[in-house]
Amino acid sequence: MNDAIAIDAKGLTKRFGSLTAVDDVKLQIPEAAIYGFLGPNGSGKSTTIRMLCGLLTPSAGEVEVLGFRVPGQAEEVKLHIGYMTQKFSLYEDLTVEENLRFLAAVYDLPRSDLKQRIDRALEQYWLTEQRKQFAGTMSGGQKQRLALAGATLHRPRLLILDEPTSAVDPQSRRDFWDILFELVEQGTTVLVSTHYMDEAERCHNLAILDRGRLVAEGRPRDLVRDIAAGVVEIETDSPKQARERLEATEGVHSVAQLGTRLHALTDKTIADPAELIRQALKDADIDSEVENVVANLEDVFVAATRLNDQEGSRADAA
Amino acid sequence: MLRRLLAIAGKEVRQLKRDRLTFGMIIGVPLLQILLFGYAIDLDVRNVNAAVADHANTSLSRQVVAAAEASQIVTVTRSAAGPEALEALLDAGEIDAGIYIPHDFERRLIDADRPAGQLLINGSDPTVEGIVRRLSSMPLPGQQQPSKLFEARTYYNPEGRSPVNIVPALIGVILHLTMVLFTAIAIVRERERGNLELLITTPVKSAELMLGKIIPYVLIGLIQVSLILWVSQALFQVPIRGNIIDLYLASVVFILAALALGLLVSTLAKTQFQATQLTIFTFLPSILLSGFMFPFEGMPRIAQWIGEIIPLTHFVRLSRGILVRGADLGELHTEVWPLLAFFGVFLVLATLRFNKRLD
Repeated sequence: MNDAIAIDAKGLTKRFGSLTAVDDVKLQIPEAAIYGFLGPNGSGKSTTIRMLCGLLTPSAGEVEVLGFRVPGQAEEVKLHIGYMTQKFSLYEDLTVEENLRFLAAVYDLPRSDLKQRIDRALEQYWLTEQRKQFAGTMSGGQKQRLALAGATLHRPRLLILDEPTSAVDPQSRRDFWDILFELVEQGTTVLVSTHYMDEAERCHNLAILDRGRLVAEGRPRDLVRDIAAGVVEIETDSPKQARERLEATEGVHSVAQLGTRLHALTDKTIADPAELIRQALKDADIDSEVENVVANLEDVFVAATRLNDQEGSRADAA
Repeated sequence: MLRRLLAIAGKEVRQLKRDRLTFGMIIGVPLLQILLFGYAIDLDVRNVNAAVADHANTSLSRQVVAAAEASQIVTVTRSAAGPEALEALLDAGEIDAGIYIPHDFERRLIDADRPAGQLLINGSDPTVEGIVRRLSSMPLPGQQQPSKLFEARTYYNPEGRSPVNIVPALIGVILHLTMVLFTAIAIVRERERGNLELLITTPVKSAELMLGKIIPYVLIGLIQVSLILWVSQALFQVPIRGNIIDLYLASVVFILAALALGLLVSTLAKTQFQATQLTIFTFLPSILLSGFMFPFEGMPRIAQWIGEIIPLTHFVRLSRGILVRGADLGELHTEVWPLLAFFGVFLVLATLRFNKRLD
């Protein structure tokens, strides 16, 4: 990793009619690293990504991608980015090889080493056996590898992946991420949107988006450490009652059930969250074991989006 | 069960109402048909362009020409030196009727066995031919009973066979439908399947995409032309009097115009279904106003103006001219420019509309 910036965006905003899909987002995405967008559906991940590669015109804000201004120089940027769409977007009625040859022509790749380039891509993405197979007849994992092979065939400096693993099994997902790390080793910047926590954890940097706003940003480890909430784990025989009780308790933001355990987030102003919860459950005559624990990324996500929620409603009230 | 049925029907109506283009089609197609059939199409052919070669040049011969005009069947737009000049004008498609009055016209009138003059008629459209033929027995000025005024000579399709009239125009009709539909579907399909979302992130330019889509269909169109010509020769003995190369050139120009229209359709339609409907929408006026189904001369002025914008109108004239009358492309050049202009304007419109962005 180095300190160079691949994407620099300020005040990025996109409005569709009265809906503000992306609201004043500021991003500095470093080169040769994986940058993740984490957020629920409708949080503005795809809209942000589309603005960054010049597919959508921002309503306001400035974007510079690989030193090019977007959307002004969007056409130049397109030579240097590889884009993998959420839905498989290569031609299902062409074979694997025909699809790659088509993309090679689209990117005007030199003919001299085209055969080697395609052979290498097929090998690298374990598609050599599928070479003559129609793309439409392949499995989800194979299609995804073909899409990635297509998006990287012209060796882009920036690779943009919009929820790339939504249609593949866990093993394919792991293999896929191994490939991404290899690409980063070679200097590629990867921008990926996801709503899987385990994927988000693998990113070098993470931005959490909620209803169009950037609510948290940083390295996953730092986000977990700096979480603006207390995290408490509760072991109890009557989780339903405990949960109801805690949700009504002042200072508790959210409660989630994990089997027989409960996971609670408390307000950051509370000095000893475990004590608050222990007291609340004791008052309700519920037996429990309570302890403060280290946050995970899901806690960070919940805390960030809840906090945004409360700030939003406070702003509405004002 | 009825409740479920109604729920489904209600949902369908709701979706349809939201699909504004389809909804518009539901209203638009019948409306357009009614207007075209009921109002624009008047099968009474009037004011057929005619030229006169009057060698008698007497007051009676002038009265005969005036009476022919007064019948509203013909409008005299040209005068010609003689029968050969009239034939040349017919060949070039400038007139559909020629009136030849010989110098001994008045003496011939007295002779009841012989027609006094000649009526030269473009027979490639049987409706026009039938109506102009009425002039041959037109009563003399000031008289009531029919006369033996003109000997009618039908050119190009003397037997009045309808394939001779229909087939040349049919080439255009088939090309229009398939070319517009193919291109429209080809682009809309890419959008529906998500291919376009990928393509617009690549360095492909709008114009490259448009032209790349057009070229294969030009070739397909020419194959269709060959097929129709071969079948019509084999089955209907439709003549090819002009140069076949001219016909192919005319076809290429027409195909380009149709493809540009198809591209524009593709930028308007969001689904393949909409693209199909829009194509039919453009197809109807083409069939009805181009002179394919009804003679151009039978249409009111406004319908004729609209007809002049329609590419099929010009192709029908080119194709009938080359195949039936044996005209060459040079004589028919006035029909080529409108097609090229149509291609240019619609290609630019389609490229502008096809934004390489998603918004």
